Amino acid sequence: MSLTELLQAIIDGVLTGGVYALMAAGLSLIFGVMDIVNIAQGAMVVLAGYLSYALSVHLGIDLFLGLAITIPAMFALGMLMEWGFMRRLREGDRTSMSILVTYAVAIVIEGVLSIIFGVDYVQLQASYVDSSVHVFGFYLADIYLLGFGMAVALMAALYAMLYRTKFGRGVRASLQNRTAADLIGVNVNRTRMISVGIGVAVTAAGGMVFGATNAFNPNSGYDLISRLLAIVILGGMGSIGGAMAAAVLLLVLSDVVAVAWSPLWAPLVFFAALVLVLSIRPAGLFGRTAVRAQ
Amino acid sequence: MRMRRLGTACVVLLAAGALATFGVSSGAATASTVTIGASLSLSGDFSADGQAFQRGYELWATDQNKKGGLLGHPIKLDIISDASQPAQVITNYNKLIGSNHDALVFGPFSTLLTVPASKVAARYGYAFVEGAGGAPAAFGNGLKNVFDVSVPVALNLTTFAKWVASLPASQRPKTAAYPTSNDPFTEPQLPPAQKIMQAAGIKTVYSTVFPAEVTDFTPIATQIAAKKPDVVVLGSVDVPTVSAFIHTFVQQHYNPKIFIATAGPDQGAAFVTAVGKGNENGIFVPNGWYGGSPKADSVQMVKEYIAKYGGTPSGVNADVAEAYSVGQVLAQAVQATHGFNNAKIVAYLHSNVTFNSVQGPVKFDSKGENTALQATTFQWQNATLVPALPKGAAGTKPPLVPKPAWGS
Repeated sequence: MSLTELLQAIIDGVLTGGVYALMAAGLSLIFGVMDIVNIAQGAMVVLAGYLSYALSVHLGIDLFLGLAITIPAMFALGMLMEWGFMRRLREGDRTSMSILVTYAVAIVIEGVLSIIFGVDYVQLQASYVDSSVHVFGFYLADIYLLGFGMAVALMAALYAMLYRTKFGRGVRASLQNRTAADLIGVNVNRTRMISVGIGVAVTAAGGMVFGATNAFNPNSGYDLISRLLAIVILGGMGSIGGAMAAAVLLLVLSDVVAVAWSPLWAPLVFFAALVLVLSIRPAGLFGRTAVRAQ
Repeated sequence: MRMRRLGTACVVLLAAGALATFGVSSGAATASTVTIGASLSLSGDFSADGQAFQRGYELWATDQNKKGGLLGHPIKLDIISDASQPAQVITNYNKLIGSNHDALVFGPFSTLLTVPASKVAARYGYAFVEGAGGAPAAFGNGLKNVFDVSVPVALNLTTFAKWVASLPASQRPKTAAYPTSNDPFTEPQLPPAQKIMQAAGIKTVYSTVFPAEVTDFTPIATQIAAKKPDVVVLGSVDVPTVSAFIHTFVQQHYNPKIFIATAGPDQGAAFVTAVGKGNENGIFVPNGWYGGSPKADSVQMVKEYIAKYGGTPSGVNADVAEAYSVGQVLAQAVQATHGFNNAKIVAYLHSNVTFNSVQGPVKFDSKGENTALQATTFQWQNATLVPALPKGAAGTKPPLVPKPAWGS
């Protein structure tokens, strides 16, 4: 492996990591707020991809402009999910029960998408999907650059919302102690509903970039969920910055292994890194305890 | 309260499961019908292929019923979904044969599912005619009941490789790359082609095997683009794999002179939708059938398919023809043996008889592989998938070489 190939693999990993961070951020936020493991996150990414696809193909709306419609739509879906399913799960067994319930949600989403769109693969198309810029001898795909930029911007916005706003303080207060948050005037149910809505809304952006970089069908979410879970666990469940760091770290690692050694080992290294880091830092890179205390 | 919540969650999950397996037909049969069972991947990784197979089986059953069914018995299909899972396919064939007592069975989609399914069918002594389990793994178990109506996968690329090797020295590629999925249907296709091309002096500059479940092809495709081989022989299992390679090649400003993918480009309109219009032009794919086939029964099948599902001949998935061929071959065996005795059907299928199918002739060797059907290589030319190789064969069009620029 030449130095050029190594650098290319690192660049690919960083840019692809941004796309994965976009897809994983919502999963991390929802766990942080609700203690809910959203197995439906992969299906939601695909759903968001289909929403962008429908707007692009049927209404001719640009993929990025379409986010002005898909983000609010996914926000509403997230709030509906919180009200319809998540809120009704009892605090004590919420995490374990959420796996069952959100798996059911994933199956429902897959079934509905299959009925509406069929099972043939589609991919989002736009002029910037295939174009690239030439920088220092490397071709950098525009769609990945745009996706990475959007990931950084959205992660920063989420971070600012959680740690620099009154609403964010309410979110973190309800995370630490629901009763105490109630007593000091935080409307916990409303806070949680909006937080889940935001978590799902971020997925709209991840789904759009995923759909522009991968052919997908209603079933494609299952291939994603194990990787997304690995990212949020490594980053620290509930940590937005952790999701970004873990996504980039894992994708760089797997891409370098694929190029330097063999693509057969790349998935193994992806999860081996997870095990290794967790054995040293059980709460992940940016553990939840620290996150909630910030 | 805890139990009630658990119960509610289970009901939601069961209802969701029912929704995901929509379209599954009942196995119940009346006295006058003959029921044929099949497990298909109506959800999961192979859902696109599985649902195309379902259409093929249903089209065949409809056509055969118009002709009076099988030996005068109307045909009823008993199709259940395996969600693309090997464990589920075993359960399904035990159910179809052991519980539902279906008279005959058709195969599932993919070698991955055919191997375990054929073992179940063998235990019951059932003939197992299938159209998408052609990898060596399906024929290496010593079973005598497995029959694949399609081209053996190990020969899929040899027509293409021989053509590349036969090009005049001035036109012959100098270098080639061979990335392939480790899927049991895909990986065995590349070594015979690589051997032929290397013998013709075409240097291998890249060769790797990637896991079937990989979701990020960028590093592999980028590495190939950096080496700029003249030929790319891609062992792909589906549209997303080929699409990922194509988009990365375009982004990297790399256009191979010749590009063939083992699966994906045969998916008709779905392939073009994924790779983007114009990017499909010049791409080869090996297969046993295409929507524009002039065979009379194929023309009729395509006409009926379009009448029922819409689209164009080029948009008809080759899986439909593979499934339809399964029905045709089994029907000929039933009619020849005058009954539904699976032992007699197995013996007849092994008797060196040549059967007819929409894909072409079918003749089984002792392992159950089809020795009569020659691998055809197709190429996308001006938005249409046309037969291009063997060069000069009836109905073929001259191959486009070098491949046109992306998007043209």
